[in-house]
Amino acid sequence: MNSSQMMALMPMLMLSLTAVALMIQASIKRDQAVAWWITGVGFLLALWGAGYAREFAQPVTLLLVVDDWGLFFITLILVASLVTLILSKDTFSPEGERKEEYYLLLVLSVLGAVILIQSSHMASLLLGMELMGVALYGMIAFPEKGELPLEAAIKYLVLSACASAMLLFGFALIYAATGDLSYAGMGAKAAAAYSREPVVLMAGSAMILAGLGFKLSVVPFHMWTPDVYQGAPTPVTGFLATVSKGAVFVALVRFYLEGQLYQYNSLLMALSVVAIASMLVGNWLALRQENIKRLLAYSSIAHFGYLLIVLIALAAAQNPGATALIGQAITFYLAAYIVTTLAAFTVLANLAGEDDSKSMLSAFEGLFWRNPLQASVLTVAMLSFAGIPLTAGFIGKFYLITLSIQSGLWVMLTALVLGSAIAIYYYLRIIFAMSKTSATKLKAQSAATVGSQDIVAALLLLLVLALGSWPQPFIEFAGAL
Amino acid sequence: MVMVNLILILLLGGVLAMLSESVSENMPRRVALVVILVDLAYLLSELSGMPSLTQLQAPVPDDPSTWLMHFKAQWIPAFGISIELALDGISLLMVLLTLVLGAIAVSSSWTDIMVKQGFFEANLLWTLAGVLGVFMALDLFLFFLFWEVMLIPMYFMIAIWGHENRGYAAMKFFIFTQASGLLMLVATLALVTVNHSATGEWSFSYFDLLNTAMTEQTAHWLMLGFFIAFVVKLPAFPFHTWLPDAHTQAPTAGSVILAGILLKTGAYGLIRFAVPLFPDAAMDFSFTAMALGVAGVVYGAVLAFAQTDFKRLVAYSSVSHMGFVLLGVYAWNELALQGAVMQMVAHGFSTAALFMIAGSLQERLHTRDMREMGGLWQQMPRMGAVAMFFVVASLGLPGLGNFVAEFLVLLGLFQVNPWMTAVAALGLITGAIYSLILMQRSFQGEPNPKLQGHGLVDFAGREMLTMAVMMVALIGLGLYPQPVLDMAQPVLQSLLDMTSVEMMP
Repeated sequence: MNSSQMMALMPMLMLSLTAVALMIQASIKRDQAVAWWITGVGFLLALWGAGYAREFAQPVTLLLVVDDWGLFFITLILVASLVTLILSKDTFSPEGERKEEYYLLLVLSVLGAVILIQSSHMASLLLGMELMGVALYGMIAFPEKGELPLEAAIKYLVLSACASAMLLFGFALIYAATGDLSYAGMGAKAAAAYSREPVVLMAGSAMILAGLGFKLSVVPFHMWTPDVYQGAPTPVTGFLATVSKGAVFVALVRFYLEGQLYQYNSLLMALSVVAIASMLVGNWLALRQENIKRLLAYSSIAHFGYLLIVLIALAAAQNPGATALIGQAITFYLAAYIVTTLAAFTVLANLAGEDDSKSMLSAFEGLFWRNPLQASVLTVAMLSFAGIPLTAGFIGKFYLITLSIQSGLWVMLTALVLGSAIAIYYYLRIIFAMSKTSATKLKAQSAATVGSQDIVAALLLLLVLALGSWPQPFIEFAGAL
Repeated sequence: MVMVNLILILLLGGVLAMLSESVSENMPRRVALVVILVDLAYLLSELSGMPSLTQLQAPVPDDPSTWLMHFKAQWIPAFGISIELALDGISLLMVLLTLVLGAIAVSSSWTDIMVKQGFFEANLLWTLAGVLGVFMALDLFLFFLFWEVMLIPMYFMIAIWGHENRGYAAMKFFIFTQASGLLMLVATLALVTVNHSATGEWSFSYFDLLNTAMTEQTAHWLMLGFFIAFVVKLPAFPFHTWLPDAHTQAPTAGSVILAGILLKTGAYGLIRFAVPLFPDAAMDFSFTAMALGVAGVVYGAVLAFAQTDFKRLVAYSSVSHMGFVLLGVYAWNELALQGAVMQMVAHGFSTAALFMIAGSLQERLHTRDMREMGGLWQQMPRMGAVAMFFVVASLGLPGLGNFVAEFLVLLGLFQVNPWMTAVAALGLITGAIYSLILMQRSFQGEPNPKLQGHGLVDFAGREMLTMAVMMVALIGLGLYPQPVLDMAQPVLQSLLDMTSVEMMP
């Protein structure tokens, strides 16, 4: 590895240094505020590193690949991590408790996500996923007094272990069939292997897809999602929904593309079934939820169902123009999803904190009259999820519909339309609850001071609207990646 | 730029109205009224520089320079999406109707809305801005955007200031329109994709998409996507079920805007997009569409007759009246189309007035149930007389606007399908029945003893002024409809020419 390759790994190096700095700090003097600042500076340095590394974009060893596309998503998850950090400041600062370790876990988890995004080999895929996941168990269970966080962490632990086991088994099968563990190598040898050992190859790929599907919580691997979303502290839920899922999806796209899995009809069929089931089941189950965190869990299931359409469209793409559109679609939809989810969880963390009863729908009644800013942010986030024009989510959906039409995926399109139609109901329920005037007698909760969380919420609101009402710059940017 | 300003004035006016609440609690409604009147005055002053409106040149549908006004600016060039607005005779009529009824809606909210006035008037103005956008947008993406975005303030108006069952009604309204809107979005994108694969260019412009070549089957499906979105909004049988709930539960100003203006966006969409974009498919489909129209006319009337709720009765009568619009559009000849346009304007006024009367009654009696009313004329003679006027207007009394409209539709329809005309003409009779029943139960008959001695307040100056505006409009439309017909005629003529050329083999 030469120095230019080292430079290309700048974000990773910065995060690793931050982790080391946090450990040294803890051994000298345990201080929560200092740890918070070190983490923040570390994330900012990593952000700078992501920009810096663009000039050195290249494959780094067999394990990692540094390219503009990956660096963009690294930037995105670092921003999401910064938001998580700001939200965590309040949630994790009860007087007299020492909780520096939380920040260490956060940094390690982000490091895992960065590795995952840049992985080009099954070994780094597993490494990234385990690093991210193991740190997350700790973060979920961090509020030691509650039962729900503990339950959520154990559930996540057990099911993640299952997912990892499937993943490993899948690797083994693929290795048996092709004798190669790098994505590109596997893709090159897969065609020959398919004619020789079709069942082994398909079973291996399917198991890897299932393992990744666990993390993405697509149906039928979605069972853990609502409980974990509900039980985890709200900033951690936001982190899980954006950083973890986003990174896994990027890894999935790389694996799928480089491994040329779109050639195999049986896999496509399986993916289609998973996508349709996610869209319909996710939206359907969200209808009856009374807890907003659970509701968002089901909604995220549906959103990854929508996103899977892109992978299926890839198989039908004939001309290079269509492939360019697919790249843009993934980038735009994922970015829109992450920004919107962050906005929603920022509001939830501000208002509900760790108190489970405060994340019930009924606790949000009349929010418009008590806290107009937070209510507006949540409203726009819901409209963006529902895909109403002028929000980022609409442009994302616009891409998906255009792609499905171009590729002639009428069944997927029907599921998308049906799912979206169901979804309007539960997003509107939240907006309706917030607009109830009967609750106006409740006093304004927060004082007139504007906290850092209000600023974050307002910025995310602007971002969602900007992406939706003036998407041209971002489309050009995504097209150039 | 004029058209952009028209929308911006309303958008910013909404913000201003919301902020003005901090000055005084009653300030927002004054601000809102002034904003709408300024908007109207601005439009009229810009028009006065144009050639006489009664001698409009026929706009060529696919040549923007022949339109009254045209504006185009790049927006999302990656997909060929631009901010393209244009105005011809029909859109101008609709824009004028929107602004006039908007002012009337503000007036009707004067004493009706007492909480959160600022936010209410802001939502009202934003809805109007969205509707203006729908009537002027000629970029299909922009059109869809306005189509969806105008729902949100309307949703809030119903959900926050509506009556007892507002949550359900607001939700149903939103879901119906949004879900059908999704179909339109899919159809739009499919149309654009077909055009893209033929020309290699992305474009959402109406002018580029008008003559897109496609197979018969594709055209049929895409036409259906647009058709469903528009008839849900219209609404036509069997997609009308959201309407009685939404209209009944909305506050008076909301009902005025819903019935007066929002329903017309559906009819406008049919005339502007659904038929011209897919002329052959639309003609093949016209029998089904007209059958739905006839069903709506009769079914709406029968259901209206069965209602005991004043507002619900008026709401079902809208279903019946909008059936005539659907008939007029799909008969697709000049007479019938003239009638459809006329009906859009006349129904806007007559129904808005009836909803205002319903609102006034509810304000005074705290009920909309006609079984609790009776003999109100004695106590409120002015309101009774006004109600009588609009009831006979609504049942189609010759000399008033609605008669001209329905007569033209039937005349045009007779050339196409005499049998359907015969059935649709039943609508005039049933219309008379439910309208007179409405009058009989509420204002005439035995006075309800429970209402004696309540000291009911009759219409006063502000209300009489508002009603007078609409009465004058309806009498004008009924006795001298020529200006309106002249404004619409060139547009309709050129649409007919274009589609008949298309239909030549």
